[in-house]
Amino acid sequence: MRKLITALLLAVAPSLVFAAGGGIQLDHANIDVSNKEAIQRGAKTFVNYCLSCHSAAYMRYNRLGADAGMTDQQLKDNLIFTRNKKGEQTKVGELMKNAMTEDYAKEAFGTKVPDLTVIARSRGTDWLYTYLRTFYVDAGRPSGHNNKAFPDVGMPNVLWEMQGVQQAEIRVDDKGSRHVESLSIIKPGTHSVAEFDQVVNDLVTYLAYMGEPMQLERQSIGFWTLGFLLIFFVVAYMLKKEYWKDVH
Amino acid sequence: MNKLLNWVDDRFPLMSMWNDHMGKYYAPKNFNFWYFFGSLALLVLVIQIVSGIFLTMHYKPDGALAFASVEYIMRDVPYGWLIRYMHSTGASAFFIVVYLHMFRGLMYGSYKQPRELIWLFGMLIYLALMAEAFMGYLLPWGQMSFWGAQVIISLFGAIPWVGDALTLWIRGDYVISDATLNRFFALHVIALPFVLVGLIVAHLLALHEVGSNNPDGVEIKKNKDENGIPKDGIPFHPYYSVKDIVGVIVFLMFFVAVMFFAPEMGGYFIEHANFVPADPLKTPEHIAPVWYFTPFYAILRAVPDKLMGVIAMFGSIAVLFVLPWIDRCKVKSIRYRATIFKVNLAAFVVSFLVLGYLGMLPTTPGRTLVAQIGSIVYFGFFVVLWYTSKNEKTKPVPERVTK
Repeated sequence: MRKLITALLLAVAPSLVFAAGGGIQLDHANIDVSNKEAIQRGAKTFVNYCLSCHSAAYMRYNRLGADAGMTDQQLKDNLIFTRNKKGEQTKVGELMKNAMTEDYAKEAFGTKVPDLTVIARSRGTDWLYTYLRTFYVDAGRPSGHNNKAFPDVGMPNVLWEMQGVQQAEIRVDDKGSRHVESLSIIKPGTHSVAEFDQVVNDLVTYLAYMGEPMQLERQSIGFWTLGFLLIFFVVAYMLKKEYWKDVH
Repeated sequence: MNKLLNWVDDRFPLMSMWNDHMGKYYAPKNFNFWYFFGSLALLVLVIQIVSGIFLTMHYKPDGALAFASVEYIMRDVPYGWLIRYMHSTGASAFFIVVYLHMFRGLMYGSYKQPRELIWLFGMLIYLALMAEAFMGYLLPWGQMSFWGAQVIISLFGAIPWVGDALTLWIRGDYVISDATLNRFFALHVIALPFVLVGLIVAHLLALHEVGSNNPDGVEIKKNKDENGIPKDGIPFHPYYSVKDIVGVIVFLMFFVAVMFFAPEMGGYFIEHANFVPADPLKTPEHIAPVWYFTPFYAILRAVPDKLMGVIAMFGSIAVLFVLPWIDRCKVKSIRYRATIFKVNLAAFVVSFLVLGYLGMLPTTPGRTLVAQIGSIVYFGFFVVLWYTSKNEKTKPVPERVTK
């Protein structure tokens, strides 16, 4: 029902392609933000692989705990790896920040490192799912890797240990633009292709959740509100009929 | 209760105001679906003002803090997300309702004598609303806020001689900056709402002075009974107050469906690029205004010369102001007008929709051509109307309103 309403609303207007990335075919991520286990697994990947460089500066650890069913102790034991200047562990009520400065990021990666709190809302989940799985070796890049969805990206291939190393078949068109035709794994990682896809899908699920933590709540309130309006409509319509009986 | 009422009435024209505008304001009894949108516009105004007040309690009009404060509202303020989505959905809803309200006026000739001033006040409301929406859109301080404002303000730079000085004066800086954000905030939350409310009061006073038009375009005041009450009129309250409540509920169903299930409306109501903080050094691949400005944006881009484009864009809105004098036909309602008017109006609506769609997309030579044709049809509506309305072959208008 929920999906139906969303679909109907979106069908009112023809959909446009807003996602960045030069019009490549995006792989479809299977996102279910009501899956708390997926969010927990994704959060774990996020704090281990993303949070050292990227912040999520509008998100609090204990909001994640409350929404994904984790206690403060579980958050401290499994997800909070940062410390303050005194060396104490970051508190559960704090925002998900890190120690990376803007200057350091520019020196290391040649660009600012974007905050990821609402990245799923600007890029879209399909784009993120494609992007994180399409790094390939490119000796011409400083990090040794390039990306199909985000050509010449500054970010290194952080998840390579799991995925392994991919090689791209490149086609150069008449205008001299490079197109990635296909990707193949030349050195296997610790995960199979299916396992790695699942890890990325969980991570993107977490990002989708973090982009709008209240999205499940708003939908459930939405149903109550529509229900109330429906009853109110019946009453108001009967009242109108009653008053208008004598208008001819 | 009665004593209290009398006490107040001796000191304040409470009962006479109530009677003038509600209890004894006689409205034609044949209002149809199209007559809901006036009261709905008023409802959306209230939604925007109330939700806006609560947003200002938490929002920070500061280049370094604005984006984060919006996310703070979305996450840490209890039900802040509800208030924010109410306001963002309300902005688009306002334009939907106002466009339908204006279309009603076009169909039934509500801008014609003796209602020219109502139309003029309405057009001023529309202008103020566009300014209000434009300035409000800068406040979330996302990429589209920043670059949209950059593009629109730079249009003033096309004006000869004073252009550059004018853009500098509007921005308060050489680029969109903290100074711009701060002044837009002031204008958005204080100056323009004041102007809007004042104009709406004038719009309603003018309406209640001459009385409402109706789908037949018949003046109900020409047929009064022995008590001086129009025979085809019914008191606004209770008849239209109870009827409008039904309209309000149906409208709210659509409104909350968007608010709770698709607040971004697929990128139409909240653009995806606006979830990236404003960055003066990084121009987005594609800058598009929000949907309600896109017809005019398409006209701007359809004209190859920048200054001429700006003139065409402003002209497309300005020409609506003189509509009551362009349309010289005595018959008001589309029901009794010639086929040429119906075709002309339909072409106008189609051109507006096509231009609105094209304004959201990046340009290609083919799309520019379509936008040029659309612009010609848009302006052509007024030209054709001027020439055909004088001696239009109309049908006989009934004496009294029909069912």
